Amino acid sequence: MRSKTETKKAHEPLFHVVKRDELSGIKSILVRAIAILAAIVVSSLVVVIAEKVNPVGYFKSMFRGAFSTPTLFWSFLHEAALLLCVAIALTPAFKMRFWNIGGEGQVLVGGLASIACMFYLGGKVPNVLLWVLIIVSGLLAGAVWAVLPALCKAKWNTNETLFTLMMNYIAIQLVCFCLDTWVKSGSGVLEPMHGYGLPSVGNKWLLNILIILALTVFMFIYLRFSKHGYEISVVGESENTARYIGINVKKVIIRTVLISGMLCGLAGVLICGGINHTISTTAAKGRGFTAILVSWLAKFNPLYMMLTSILIVFFQVGAIQVKSDFNISDVADITTAIILFFIVGCEFFIRYKIVFKKHGHKEAVNND
Amino acid sequence: MKKVLSFILMFAMVFSLVGVLASCNKSGDKAKGLVDSPLPEKEIKADFEVPDDFKIGFIFLHDEKSTYDKNFMDAARRAQKILGLSDDQVIFKTPIDESDECTTAAENLAEQGCGIIFADSFGHEPFMRGVAEKYPDIEFCHATGTSAHTAGLKNFHNAFANIFQGRYLAGIAAGLKLNEMIKDGKIKEEEAVIGYVGAFPYAEVKSGYTSFFLGARSVCPSATMKVNFTNSWYDVDKERQNALSLINDGCVLISQHADSMGAPSACEEKGVPDVSYNGSTYEDCPETFIVSSRIDWTPYFIYIIKCYVEGTPIADDWCGGIEEGSVVLTDINSGVAAEGTVDAIKEAIEKLKSGELKVFATSSFKVDGKELTSYEADVDDDGTFTPETEVIKDGYFAESEYRSAPYFDIDIDGITIQ
Repeated sequence: MRSKTETKKAHEPLFHVVKRDELSGIKSILVRAIAILAAIVVSSLVVVIAEKVNPVGYFKSMFRGAFSTPTLFWSFLHEAALLLCVAIALTPAFKMRFWNIGGEGQVLVGGLASIACMFYLGGKVPNVLLWVLIIVSGLLAGAVWAVLPALCKAKWNTNETLFTLMMNYIAIQLVCFCLDTWVKSGSGVLEPMHGYGLPSVGNKWLLNILIILALTVFMFIYLRFSKHGYEISVVGESENTARYIGINVKKVIIRTVLISGMLCGLAGVLICGGINHTISTTAAKGRGFTAILVSWLAKFNPLYMMLTSILIVFFQVGAIQVKSDFNISDVADITTAIILFFIVGCEFFIRYKIVFKKHGHKEAVNND
Repeated sequence: MKKVLSFILMFAMVFSLVGVLASCNKSGDKAKGLVDSPLPEKEIKADFEVPDDFKIGFIFLHDEKSTYDKNFMDAARRAQKILGLSDDQVIFKTPIDESDECTTAAENLAEQGCGIIFADSFGHEPFMRGVAEKYPDIEFCHATGTSAHTAGLKNFHNAFANIFQGRYLAGIAAGLKLNEMIKDGKIKEEEAVIGYVGAFPYAEVKSGYTSFFLGARSVCPSATMKVNFTNSWYDVDKERQNALSLINDGCVLISQHADSMGAPSACEEKGVPDVSYNGSTYEDCPETFIVSSRIDWTPYFIYIIKCYVEGTPIADDWCGGIEEGSVVLTDINSGVAAEGTVDAIKEAIEKLKSGELKVFATSSFKVDGKELTSYEADVDDDGTFTPETEVIKDGYFAESEYRSAPYFDIDIDGITIQ
């Protein structure tokens, strides 16, 4: 009998994970601050051990990447805004638990449509009309790219994760095909059509940034205060509940994904029609995937996304600067990954706590 | 029991990791199987002083995992060493996309006080040109571009090298290897098929594989070649897949013009000999690497810095050859290369230097069964892609003579594009 209890005891788990009650604002900020601090300590260690670089200088260099000159600062803000735009676009779909992994392709076809307008109509129609066409076609293309998987999901219950992912590859090959057709020399590099791009205000970055800021505020209001936003939340929580209270689930899914794709298309328009005036297969630059992280880290709140996108782009441009200043390559990417890992990881400890089994009574341990 | 097992597994994993790391170190040793290159890096000495406040900025498309960009970085570092420049005087920007990002990078280098700004990728050109207009006092140099000689900007310059000569020489090594395989009875004469992984169906690539093929066929007359394209300059997976599909298709020797380790490592996996590009892949592929041709950019970097320091104009369109030390071959892997490779290449180098041998001699290739007597190429890049310059003279296709970037874009007999 005695030995039986002992065996039972030995098999009791060392710890288990419990969902936290709501963590107070200050506490959750503290947890995040500790996570960032820990991330900086760990990545400093990596920097010192692997490259023998002074970590203070290393992080100073990261800041220089974003803030040292006006060009770098504007370009940093603009990059963050573009990433924010894609995150804003993906958010309604994610909030509805529609896993849109196809942001990359939707951005790309949006850009491709706008470049196609510039290529075929540039100089042939008045610029104002051209701008309208660039925007409309880009939005439409993005919408089509997103709504195809949504229709198939609504009709045949196909898996949207795989479907949207596959659409990315089709988009990339479509860009390849167009470049092959347009660029007769075969180099795959389309000369930028600066004369036909969207207009600019102040400098070339400002208008894009303003548009995206307005979009962010709109999306915040749309999700928080509109009937559509409420429907999205309900469908995301439980489709059955949504059906029960009389929401047309299919309609909500398709409408939301349409908006998601359209806004991804807009990001493509701003990237290709607004600033680059040309397109390549790498024009979306992985933003379609990085934006998922931005959106998730901000818990689908568009206003927080401004912070998370700035944070992530800060590390991206910081890495370029670090590579330039210290002639190192992989370590810059490793430290970025470490910092992101800690930030994502700390969210776990904000939502859950780990409880160790000790002498028969439970003791909560704060594991930050 | 489970715990014991998991511990054993863990130890096994740790030890295998240590083993892998240790073997990595071993392969770093200077290889025994390499013989000295018949066309090594030229020794360059600085005959001028560079002021301490001079700065040069470099824009690279990828980091050093791309063999193409690594080749530029190595040359920049070598030039830095030769001229005794400090690390603050040489600024690298990487990875910089062929988009407005290039404009930002170039403007930032200008803000940092660079006297010369250099970009290494074809797609950087229009963005570099745009920044050059904004900063007339800074020299903008761009590799592989086509528009400087017609752009009318005093501070924007293109550069390339007669790399088709290097490709031809590497082709000789490939041809001799095919001959060895035929002699050893491994393949029949008509099975001497080379596979070539190209990036884009673009003149730079076509000129490269055609010269390589002509080099191979100059010693192995039965050689033919199959080419496929990845439509990307750097795509490890696609390059690997394309190499494997060529091997499956009966190609017995592979070469490539694409910038990753995809094709060479596929060759190593399959045991198929490989003529590489941009630099030696011996360390990773000791069983299959033969030789690689590459452009040494050091002479160009020294040249533009000298021009800047001395106040002389930089050429619109600079093309380096064997004499300048721009075209070089890596050490040759004697374990894979056929006997007599070094001597045959040395002989061809002398002939190329004297002008006796022309890589694109019209007598050496046919197009649709006929010898070429006249050909107009698109030398002046005006955006219309219309050929305007007669490039056949004195019985050869005058590659890189009217413009540094290659314009040989003809599909010749013996090469099949897939």
